[in-house]
Amino acid sequence: MTEKKEQKESYPKYAPGTHVHDKDIYERKITYTWWEPEVQYSWSLGPAMSRFLQELKAGKIIGIKCNRCRRVIVPPRMFCEYCYGPTSDWVYLKDTGTVETFSLSYLDADARRIEEPILIGVISIDGASPKHGFMHYFGEMKPEELKIGMKVKAVWKPENEREGSITDIKYFKPFRGGEE
Amino acid sequence: MKDVAVIGAGMTLFRRRLKETGKELSFLAAKMALEEAGIQKSDLDMVVMGSAPDAFDGIHMKGENLIDGAAAAGKPYVRVFNGGGTGVFAPIAGWWHVASGVADIVMVVCEEKMGSCYPHPQTAFRHIWDPIIDRPLNPNLIWLFAMEMNRYMTVYNIKKEDIARVAVKNKRNAVGHPCAQLADPNITIDDVLNSEVMAWPVQRLDVSPPSDGASALIYCSKDKVHQFTDDPIWVDGVGWGIDSTMWTNRDLCFPRYVATAAKMAYKMAGITNPPKDIDFAEPYDPFDYKELHHMEGLLLCKKGEAPILTREGVTQRDGDLPICPSGGLLGVGNPIAATMGQKVCEVYWQLAGKAGKRQIPGDPRVGVGQAWGDIMQMATVIVLRR
Ligand SMILES: [Zn+2]
Repeated sequence: MTEKKEQKESYPKYAPGTHVHDKDIYERKITYTWWEPEVQYSWSLGPAMSRFLQELKAGKIIGIKCNRCRRVIVPPRMFCEYCYGPTSDWVYLKDTGTVETFSLSYLDADARRIEEPILIGVISIDGASPKHGFMHYFGEMKPEELKIGMKVKAVWKPENEREGSITDIKYFKPFRGGEE
Repeated sequence: MKDVAVIGAGMTLFRRRLKETGKELSFLAAKMALEEAGIQKSDLDMVVMGSAPDAFDGIHMKGENLIDGAAAAGKPYVRVFNGGGTGVFAPIAGWWHVASGVADIVMVVCEEKMGSCYPHPQTAFRHIWDPIIDRPLNPNLIWLFAMEMNRYMTVYNIKKEDIARVAVKNKRNAVGHPCAQLADPNITIDDVLNSEVMAWPVQRLDVSPPSDGASALIYCSKDKVHQFTDDPIWVDGVGWGIDSTMWTNRDLCFPRYVATAAKMAYKMAGITNPPKDIDFAEPYDPFDYKELHHMEGLLLCKKGEAPILTREGVTQRDGDLPICPSGGLLGVGNPIAATMGQKVCEVYWQLAGKAGKRQIPGDPRVGVGQAWGDIMQMATVIVLRR
């Protein structure tokens, strides 16, 4: 049996395809065509996220409760995806929370290299159910100070600059007890 | 349900950019699979295509564009797609075509051309994020994996060097693979740990590359398989599952949706003790930590234990539980859907004793392939048996 196996050919038997390099395109060594799509979108946000963003504009974080599983959910939605019934009561949450995870990014949105890292992570929000929160930036701290489990507090844009967006919060900063 | 056998497989070279069009790559992979099975296009009853986001190729509804290359012109055909899960979901869809009795011989073709998206497919990945709450923060997709990796490392107290061992193992395993994009016989843990930091804790060599490529697999019903082989490889179980898209409302330390998919597949395959009943696995490894995360999701070990098994050499090709003997995505490349080549074709070749330099020693009889995708939520699992 073993001998039979050794005689078998190795698969894949060959590797079809022709490798091309970036410079083959820059130097027009290969034939190619080009297309730059121009597409724009405008999303209407529905009742749950519209309320959430309007509350951010007012400087408040709001969640919503599912009366079946008792979760206090943020970001809010009109229905609980697990119980599959409508959510009911709006609940104001604190603007403090806990760092669940984070990254120090040396890449911008287009994968270009940057010198100073972007501090990014997930914050579970105080007043919501455990592990319920959203992604945001961190600031007013050195990269090495950022730790999972640390308490943080939202730093808001000035009221007249808020526009009903997740970026109405500028970032989350370290939160020490007693501070407002 | 009818028993379904694999009778042929194929794949192209995997590279950052290939000259051939998507149709041509599909043709090349399909042709190799047809050759191995010893059949022609006219023998195929139906074709299933797997291909991930349209935005990479820049051809909307590219399933239709790829038909001719997939040997599907004039035949029943469907394209399935669930992000990174597609590489194992397309063969699951192919399986149900035969298991249901509607077809006897079905080819599954998977294709991806990420190199067409210029200058980098990251630009297309931006459109994956939720437009309301995530996109205004201008995220890079790597952030998502960096945050999951950090959570996993912190909760289970895992050292970065134990994660780097996965990249080293897979890039070395890929040396025996003729299609491999990033095989490296000399890579060391230090190379990984000293590579450029992209989004901490993710470094350059923790990540699989974007790739062009295609792969193909041919199934035959039990009724007809005797015409093609005396030693068939069977699909023994399939499973798939998805969790909520609200990824910031879940603990990322354990992929529970992988466990859901694995349990479904294991139940079908009669697997009751996964570490004992399974001889080797090809978990999805677009990042080195994902191999470990997925070993745990596949219930091949306890939570937090995969890095220890890796350190002890258990997951090496000659270890007790070889993991990613193909070289995985880290070594062979990551043309998203076309990674069926490592995750399913390789499992088939290994069980058939046809993997050559990559062949697992001993007598492997049960192998598992798995893929993962969307926003940390989708898992697809297949069990093959000799
Ligand atoms: Zn509920």
